[in-house]
Formats: sequence, structure tokens, C-alpha cells
Amino acid sequence: MQAGIVSYGAYVPRYRISPGEIGRVWGTDGEAMGQGLNVLRKSVPSPDEDTITISTESLRTALVRGAIDPQQIGALYVGSESHPYAVKPTATVVAQAVGATPNLTAADFEFACKAGTAAIQTCLGLVGAEMIRYGVAIGTDTSQGAPGDALEYSASAGGAAFVIGREHVICRVLRTLSYTTDTPDFWRREGQKYPSHGGRFTGEPAYFRHVSEAARAIMEASGTTPKDYQHVVFHQPNGKFPQRVGKTLGFTEAQMRYGLVTPYIGNTYSGAALIGLANVLDHAGPKERILVVGYGSGAGSDAFDLETTDEIAKFDRSFGRPVQYYLDHGVALSYAVYAKFRGKIHMGGE
Amino acid sequence: MSIARFWRETPRRYNLGGSKCTNCNTVYFPPRSVCPECTHHRQSIEKMVPFQLSGEGEVLSYTVVHEPAEGFEMLVPYVLALVRTTEGPVLTGQVVDIEPEGIRIGLKVRATFRKLREEGKAGVIHYGYKFAPAEEADTTPVARSPAEPAPEPREPTRARA
Amino acid sequence: MREVAVLGVGQTKFGELWDRSFREIGIEAGLQALVDAKLSSADLGALYLGNMASGSLIDQEHIAPLILDYAGLVGRHLPAFRVEGGGASGALALHQGYLAVASGLYDYVVVGGAEKLTDVPDSAASAIASSAADHEWEVVFGATLPALWALIARRHMHRFGTTREELASVPVHDHAMAAKNPNAHYRNKLTLEQVLGAGPVAEPLGVLDCAPFSDGAAAVVLGPLEIARKHTEIPIRIAASQVASDTMALQHRKEFTTLASTEVAARRAFTQARRAPADVRVAEIHDAYSISALVALEDLGFVDKGRAGPEFASGKFGRGGPLTINPSGGLKAQGRPFGAVGVAQVVEIVRQLRGEAKDRQVADATLGLTHDVGGTGATSVVHLLERAS
Repeated sequence: MQAGIVSYGAYVPRYRISPGEIGRVWGTDGEAMGQGLNVLRKSVPSPDEDTITISTESLRTALVRGAIDPQQIGALYVGSESHPYAVKPTATVVAQAVGATPNLTAADFEFACKAGTAAIQTCLGLVGAEMIRYGVAIGTDTSQGAPGDALEYSASAGGAAFVIGREHVICRVLRTLSYTTDTPDFWRREGQKYPSHGGRFTGEPAYFRHVSEAARAIMEASGTTPKDYQHVVFHQPNGKFPQRVGKTLGFTEAQMRYGLVTPYIGNTYSGAALIGLANVLDHAGPKERILVVGYGSGAGSDAFDLETTDEIAKFDRSFGRPVQYYLDHGVALSYAVYAKFRGKIHMGGE
Repeated sequence: MSIARFWRETPRRYNLGGSKCTNCNTVYFPPRSVCPECTHHRQSIEKMVPFQLSGEGEVLSYTVVHEPAEGFEMLVPYVLALVRTTEGPVLTGQVVDIEPEGIRIGLKVRATFRKLREEGKAGVIHYGYKFAPAEEADTTPVARSPAEPAPEPREPTRARA
Repeated sequence: MREVAVLGVGQTKFGELWDRSFREIGIEAGLQALVDAKLSSADLGALYLGNMASGSLIDQEHIAPLILDYAGLVGRHLPAFRVEGGGASGALALHQGYLAVASGLYDYVVVGGAEKLTDVPDSAASAIASSAADHEWEVVFGATLPALWALIARRHMHRFGTTREELASVPVHDHAMAAKNPNAHYRNKLTLEQVLGAGPVAEPLGVLDCAPFSDGAAAVVLGPLEIARKHTEIPIRIAASQVASDTMALQHRKEFTTLASTEVAARRAFTQARRAPADVRVAEIHDAYSISALVALEDLGFVDKGRAGPEFASGKFGRGGPLTINPSGGLKAQGRPFGAVGVAQVVEIVRQLRGEAKDRQVADATLGLTHDVGGTGATSVVHLLERAS
């Protein structure tokens, strides 16, 4: 495949809350909950941040790093389940904010946590067919769990932008495929503020089945085994699921080291696998093979067989912050301020 | 509702599009159609061209606002600053991702993209520039995992708690 | 151009006038001034009314004929004008009235200023106050009027070493003055500790560094100096009336510690009157925020640039010194009904020059100055008034 990743950028808001602090409010052992999920802390967006601003920040970083003229972007897709508007695209604001308008196509994608990887596949098609020069795929969320729900311990905010092109490719896409079924493990009905989920039903028949089937299928198609990959990135609704699915498939902790970011920032939903991939690319040298398997409830998995090129050695990552910065830094919030920031407090006059 | 009023300024508010007088090379933000610097200011008419600011700059003055402007209620207390951009124009804007104790004259900042205000729960959302510290040391402390012993709370953390 | 004199003055109490409407206070001040000037309404030529925001505050524009109407003057079908220049609206109206009389177009005009701020919640009054700044490039980005003045204050502190205590000395001074002013919004004394300990608005400015939102109205009657003695034993000559403007947004100034509009208006005024700052014995200056007063002292030429903090804090501008500042209590303590402020300043100076200021009388008050500012100085107005010999 001629089309590949030519640049990328990630952004995670600066505020954090720990499972212990959340549990303190709901009378549960939050620390134990955090250990069970392998989530040490999760990111929280500032009240002036949303999927539009996070997407814009990550794309601006990607455009500067790749020295890409925004007017050469032919398609821009933002995958998210927390678009600020139910009707009115996130993608148009982002396109305007990076100076990509007006000669491009733009749309919002929604497929639970895999809308961003679906956007990458779409861009690969358009760029590969030479319909456009650059395609932008962004996965971002400012996801919310209902107060007190298990999801609240992990649902966080962040995003990553990937520019797909044919020139100066830093990471080739050798193959991509998907595994999709109708599986109602997690959903949010129109007009509902918080999502609902099937509890333990989100495990075996949903996450594990789709991720492992997609991983096996792509390795079979590529004629590879886990040993052929330096890095593997799975969708990571918590820190435990990806570790378990990786072990089952035969991957080692070392291969998952950079791709697993949820323990430090929480589950950024559409951003999760993509921020993991961004962290891998932050550390990767030339000719390193990467397996990425995203997952979105509802349900489906997008798998990517990737290999970095010699170009990555020349790639200037100095603009913007590396993912590691976001994993290491943050300002702790109390639950009260977190509730205010996330709009969980009923204000007068509403 | 002031949709069109916001919308028509989006090139400036989103992207810091200013103007430059090709007669005297002074840069303006927001863009001007006539140059106030040119002695005979008619010299500049039709000589003002679009000019893009980089968004990098330095704090000239600041205040920590406790009685907010409309749309900034959830951010109190917030830092507002006069920022001199590297290209020359001075902008008024919020400095985000910093605790009030960290702001100082001379701080290097860069433009960031944030929500400015919402027209109520059902109305449009307005976006535009704010500023954030440009250097890591000026922004965010190291995150602490729950397993680590709790340090004495820093002033900024307490301010938010 | 004819010489112009102030023939009569009137002013309502400033403060929270819950039981009084905009039109009631406007009429009260105007009629007081007419009576004070011993002027028959038949002689009146026009009304100039300074007002900043009646549309936002009481949903009523077109207020100049409204005040004439309810003052019982409708039968004469006089020309009536509303003048707006943010917080300097009243002073701008005075300038217009001055020009009308000086030109010979009208012999007698009433210049009024009125604002009714308590008919909206404080949050709305704050937003309206901030509308005197650049909405599109300051307010939208989180600025409020006190925040912009705080930016000036911080820069002044950075550049000249002005201290928080020096800023706080301004409201302490104003409240001490207003204690003797029956029309003042606040007549309680303040200590430095109270000002320093008050809640923050926009650091370094706290609640007590900021003038209140008040209701109130003031009015003066202007006429030609040559026939002024028909109306008053002590005509007060308008020795200078000057207006200057500057960029709407603070960010577009070359200097953030000075108001060029005030400097220019003052320079023009002293030139017009052929007088110098040292000749002024009493002044009502713009002190909507504590920093405003310090910057004004420098820009008006009363102290060297950068020296206002220590000089003001030394107490030299109190009663008994060579120059008394804000004997009324200023905007901070007498009150701040936006459009009425500039006219009320003149009312106070006229009473001082006439020797009618009772226990707040400044000795040897011969030349007085008023200074009013709109926003952060996009408009400044300076008047010099003196006792006609």
C-alpha cells in the first residue's frame, strides 16, 4: 500500500483525577477499583476544552511536525462519541482552525471507540486512490461515565491526529482489515448524557472476541506471528483488557510497553489506540513493525499492520509535546472540582 | 443570538490572521484597513495585506480575574494577560494551563485553541485563541500515582481543590 | 466664541435609589439646577443628556426628550440630545453644551447626566460597564473593565515599583472625603487593612479598589459669561473644555501605564486656559479603580510619571494641601452612576469654587479641574473651571 502515515500529533488535557478520589465520594474502594482496572489516574478536560479543541491541538502539532500545508488537506475526519454538537460537524471547525478550508471534504465519524481508526482507513482509501494528497484522521473524546458508575473510573479525554499521505511516509501501512458484528455491549441513546453498558457482557463476547479475531486475521493475511512485531497497540478501555488480550495472543509486556497509555491518562475512547500508536511512533526508529488493533463497541475492530520507514529518523518531533509528557504530568483535581469541570453540577437557572 | 457577529471573525479568532502595512511594514491584529503608523495615513490605503501571526509571544502584564466575563464563569479564577506577539501586535487573552501563582511578566506563551463561550445550553459554541505557557517548566507538575506518598499539597493544587 | 459660565447646579443623592426611577432622578437634578440658576424655563435653549447605557439598563433609548417631557418642558419643543462616551458620557455632554453656548447657537442650556444601575443585577451591570471596552477583541476573550485596569496596575507596579498599599490608599482617601458629602453613596471610613483584605475582583484590584454601581443624576445650567451675573453672584467660568480619544482596546496602546487621551486633553486644556497644573487647587479625577486615580495624577501633570503611588500615599492630596483631590469622595465613594459622573464632578467643583461646599470646603479654591474617562481611556475629558473675577 502506497499510502501511509506522514505525520501525527497527540494532545491530552492537563487535569487528572485518581480512582481513589472518585471512590472516596461514592463510598467504594477506589484504589482497589483502580488496581483492578490498572488505571492510576485519568485525564479531565478543562471546562473550555472539548473534542473540537483537543482535535485542533493535536492536528496543529501534526501539521507543524510534518511541515504540511493545510491547504493540501483533501479530507478531514474526526472520530468521536463526544462531538460537542449532535448536529453540526466537529470536522468543519477543526478544518477552519487549522486553515484547511474550503477545498476539502470533511465529516464526523462515530463508532464508539474506534471512530478514529475507521477515519484512518477512509483516508487510506482516498489517498491510495490518489483522489486527495493528504487525508487527516483524528480520534478524540471527552468521554463521560455516569457518576458512580464503573465507567467513571476510566472515562477520560484526549486525542490524536494522523496525516495520511504518499510522500515522506514515516510509517507504512502494510495492511488493514476489520472485524465487525452487531453486538450491543455499550451504547448511548440520542439525548442521553451518559452511556449505558452491558457490564461483564462488554468483555468476552465484545472486546476480547473482536480484538483477537481481528488480530489473528491480519497476522494470518500478512503471514506474521507476534514475534515479527516490535510494538503492539490495542484499544485500551482500561489497563487490564489490553494486557490480557495481548498475553492470549502471544505478545510480551515489552511489545506493549509504549502502546499502553490508559493506566496514566485513562480511557480516551476514540483517542485511546491512537494515542498509544503516537507514543510508539515517538519512540520508534526505522524499520520497526507495529500491530494496532482498535475496538469500538457495537461492535468492531480495525487492525493495522504497520512498519516505520527510514523517514522517521528525519522526522522532527520537537514541536508539540511527546505522549510521554502527558503520561507523566498532570494537576490533580478533587472530585468536587472534577464534577464542576465536567458539568455534573446542576447550576441555578437551568 | 450573535451568530454572524462571531462567525465573520473566525479567521481572526481561530487563526490569528492579521494584516501588514506594505508601506511601513507594521503588523496589526486584528487586521486594519488603514495604517495608523504611516504619517500620511492615506499612503497605506489598499496597501494593507493579510499577515499570519505565529501565536508565539510574551506576557507584558497580567491579572487574575475573580469576577468573570460572560462565558468564563467556570474558569474562575483565571489569568488574563496582555501578550506581545513576536510579530509585534499585543493581544488580550486568557492564559490557560497555568496556576495563578505561576503567571509572571516575561512568561513565554503560545496561542492555543479553546472554547470562548456558549450561547446557553442549546446555542452555538464560540471558539478562539487563548494562550498557554510555551515551556514545560511553566505548566504542569509531575502527576502522582496513588501508590506514591502524598507530598505536601502545592499551592496551585490546593487552589483548584 | 463666547465665554461660557456655569450658572446653576443640581444633583441627586448617589447610591441605591430603589424607590426612584430613571426619569425621577433625571428631573430632580435638572430642576435643582434651573432653580439654582434662577432661570425661567422659557429662556432654555436645549438639553444635553449624558448617559451610557439606558437601553441595556432600563430598556429605554431616546431618553433626552423623555426627560424634557416629564420635566414639564415639552410645550417648548426644545432640541434635546443624548451624548454617549462610556463612563465619560456626562463630561462629553458638558463639552457639547459648552460648544452650543460658546458658538452663540443657544444662550442657556441644561447639561444633565443620569444613570440607573440598580434596575439590573450586578452581573449585568458589570457586563454593561465592560461594554465601554472593546467587546470584540477584549471582552470576548475574558476581559472585564476592572481586569483591563488591573493590567494597567500590574504594569505600573512592574515598571515604577508602585505598591499594593499605594493603590489601596486611594479608596481610603476617597471614603474619608465622602464622609462629609451628604450625597455620597458611601460615607463610611475605610482603613488600609480593609481595602487590602477585601475580596479580589481582578488582582491586584479588590472589591474596595473598585467604584460601586450607583444610581444618580446631576445637572448644570450653562450660559454666556457676559450675562451670568443676572443669575448668580459667583459665576463659574469654564476656562477650558477638552476632549481627546485613543485606541478602543488597551492592547493597541504603545504605553500601558499612561492614558494618552488624558495627557493630551489635559495639555490642551491648560493651553486653552493659559494655566498650569500647579495652579489647580481642587480636582475631581476619574477613580473608577484605585489605579485609575494614580495614572490620572501623572497624566494630568500633578506628579511626575511613575511617582503617583508614593506621592498619593503620603497624604499630600488631602484637604489642606496645595491640591485637594476628589473632595466629593470621587467615583469610589460618592458613587458611579456612569453618565452622571462627569456632570457631578463639575457640580462639586462649582460648589467648591463658590465656597458653598460646607464642611468639605477646600480653602482658596480658585481654579478647579474635572477629569472623566470612558473605558480604559478611549475617551478622556478635562474641564478647567474658575471663579470669574
